[in-house]
Amino acid sequence: MPMPKRLERPMADILKDAAITGFIAFALALPLVGFQTVDQASAIVLQTRFPQLFYAVALIFTGRLLLLFCNAGLARPIMLVTGAFSVLWLVNAFANFVTVNWQTLNFLTFATSTVVALRAWVLMRRRAAALTERGKDVMGERIAVAVNRLARRIGPFIAAFAVALPFMPFADQRTMDIGIAVLTYVMLGWGLNVVVGLAGLLDLGYVAFYAVGAYSYALLSKGLGFNFWEALPIAGGLAASFGIMLGFPVLRLRGDYLAIVTLGFGEMIRLVLLNWSALTNGARGIGDIPRPSFFGMPFTPAPPPGITAVHQFFGVDFAPIHRVYWLYYIILLLAVLTNWFTLRIRRLPIGRAWEALREDEIACRALGINPTNTKLTAFAIGAMFAGFAGSFFATRQGFISPESFNFLESAIILAIVVLGGMGSQIGVVVAAFLLIGGPEYFRDLQAYRMLAFGALMVGIMVWRPQGLLAHRDPTLRLSKRPAPDGVPGR
Amino acid sequence: MTPTPLLTVEHLTMRFGGLLAVDDVSFNAMNQQITAIIGPNGAGKTTVFNCLTGFYKPTVGRLLLTAADGKAHLLERMDGFRIAQHAHVARTFQNIRLFPRMSVLENLLVAQHNKLMRASGYTALGLFGVPTYKHAEAHAVDLARYWLERIGIVNRADDNAGTLPYGDQRRLEIARAMCTEPVLLCLDEPAAGLNNRESAELNELLLYIRDHHRIGVLLIEHDMTVVMKISDHVVVLDHGRRISDGTPVEVRNDPAVIRAYLGEEEDEALPAEVARDLGVPTERGGELH
Repeated sequence: MPMPKRLERPMADILKDAAITGFIAFALALPLVGFQTVDQASAIVLQTRFPQLFYAVALIFTGRLLLLFCNAGLARPIMLVTGAFSVLWLVNAFANFVTVNWQTLNFLTFATSTVVALRAWVLMRRRAAALTERGKDVMGERIAVAVNRLARRIGPFIAAFAVALPFMPFADQRTMDIGIAVLTYVMLGWGLNVVVGLAGLLDLGYVAFYAVGAYSYALLSKGLGFNFWEALPIAGGLAASFGIMLGFPVLRLRGDYLAIVTLGFGEMIRLVLLNWSALTNGARGIGDIPRPSFFGMPFTPAPPPGITAVHQFFGVDFAPIHRVYWLYYIILLLAVLTNWFTLRIRRLPIGRAWEALREDEIACRALGINPTNTKLTAFAIGAMFAGFAGSFFATRQGFISPESFNFLESAIILAIVVLGGMGSQIGVVVAAFLLIGGPEYFRDLQAYRMLAFGALMVGIMVWRPQGLLAHRDPTLRLSKRPAPDGVPGR
Repeated sequence: MTPTPLLTVEHLTMRFGGLLAVDDVSFNAMNQQITAIIGPNGAGKTTVFNCLTGFYKPTVGRLLLTAADGKAHLLERMDGFRIAQHAHVARTFQNIRLFPRMSVLENLLVAQHNKLMRASGYTALGLFGVPTYKHAEAHAVDLARYWLERIGIVNRADDNAGTLPYGDQRRLEIARAMCTEPVLLCLDEPAAGLNNRESAELNELLLYIRDHHRIGVLLIEHDMTVVMKISDHVVVLDHGRRISDGTPVEVRNDPAVIRAYLGEEEDEALPAEVARDLGVPTERGGELH
């Protein structure tokens, strides 16, 4: 076989490398893919799936081989072939020319082909522009700048779309539920962004404040008859004071140490909720939490006499989704409030002090900034938003238990902030869509969505560790200010 | 206005376990004067600074700061950030400590934090953009612009501080300290790592600060050309003790200083460059005992 002149690595070498990869894949896939336990009547039976195993190993071997050829200088043809394959696969997925078995492996074939095509494309770009590692960062930075600029311009349109969403034809129960979930996490992400993104305090126990807000509302409304809007500021205030309580002992800690203590704090709150049965009803949780009313009007099909229900007020037929619409608007309002607040506070002295504290605490002290107060404000404000979101969670679910506030929640909220790019508001939105909307929407793919979730996180760590849209614009620019007429002196 | 004692250091002692880093040091720093603290490595210069600016609590001693308006502060009793906030002592660091991922202008605004916090009603009023805050912010930007013009980097105001060349970063740190509107400016080796031209620019800046802003400057420096050219008063430390105190001319002719820098055994002539820095003619090197 005539060897292409462009190959930059011996063929034998490439085959050996791919063969090793294939062998490792085989060793791993044999127990994972090759065997399957099936529940039959009363016994569990072991079945083999050797064709699938063979296919998976062949796929990995081929993928590796293609990547190695890419690196050896064949990027262009490989990109054309795999790119074309991916496009054909997508067309087939919609048009169903060929029906395929093995849903998962089929999807993985597409994923492999796409990854190889993207890799080949990146390699071509890098060779063309002689891009170095730094060049890759510059490219990511340029994308981040463009998206941030764009977000400012199309922000109003996104907001308008969000407001109009319930009136869209596709706005069924499921879409609205996903919308509410995404918005809740967007709000939590924006709140945590104050603590992690601006003040640089790595908080792994953020869910504790979410729990405080949820239980505050549940107890206030059930025990004392507060309605949602009355309980909201109290829940926020309570969460903020818990933020200060956490803040005090951890003031001297930074980085990893701070992360561990906040993690412990999150668990403490959960354990207290679990064990203080007299107040919180323990593991059984609190049910029948009052749902929000529409300016005093309930969302019920048959209201008691003398009270107008919402559907009667608007003169439409009763539908359970009306309440979902209203919940959606509440969380939208709360999220927009959080965004407005954080955007403003970033431009105030306290916001700049948070960022300065993140950059260099010693320099801050030398400039007369009180680090204690500054950190505590960050903790308190971040916690307050979690408290608001928690109240909303309680009224939306109608039932809360300590189960809802485990460490995984904290990790997901933190992942949203980090993935989006610390300090970036639009990054949080994009990340919340990817991490919450994605898995919710692809619920049909069952366990594989978690696999995709993991792959996404690994990919981000490799390609853009600073986060998708990490980019920081100065809070104010000298070039946009008129020159002063006089020179100030002392 | 004649120079008055701005800072009076009395019997300052700092002990870290068994190590006596600063041993009973006393000196004065005058208003409108540049006072230099010099000494070999490990003499305790930076420890004195850290005591002055509240990063360490002195074991023994009194640090009295008397501002030109008569307000007095006992620095040894104050927390670190309060010294900068209330006593208006500003400092820079041996290894530059800017906020690298914030813009140059933001660095200078963070220095005016306390003033701006008050103007923003501790955030409550600023959140709604009240005019008094807008006004205060404009004023703060003007002060920042003034210092940027002074150090010649107005055109880089919106770039991240970490992207500036080394010499500019050094001067920006001084500008940032000046934005706190201090009565005493403490500089920890401001000329370290600067080339001759940058060093000359730095001298000019320090003299300007002394003459036009009429504050006291206290500096630690290794570079003798800087010390000898611009200091009004030099304090020499060695092994934590004050071994000499006076005008640059007095200090460089003080046998104790030369011994400290060159060691007790003095059989050879001074190395030419050391002698030049100290201003001692080489042929007299052997007569100093």
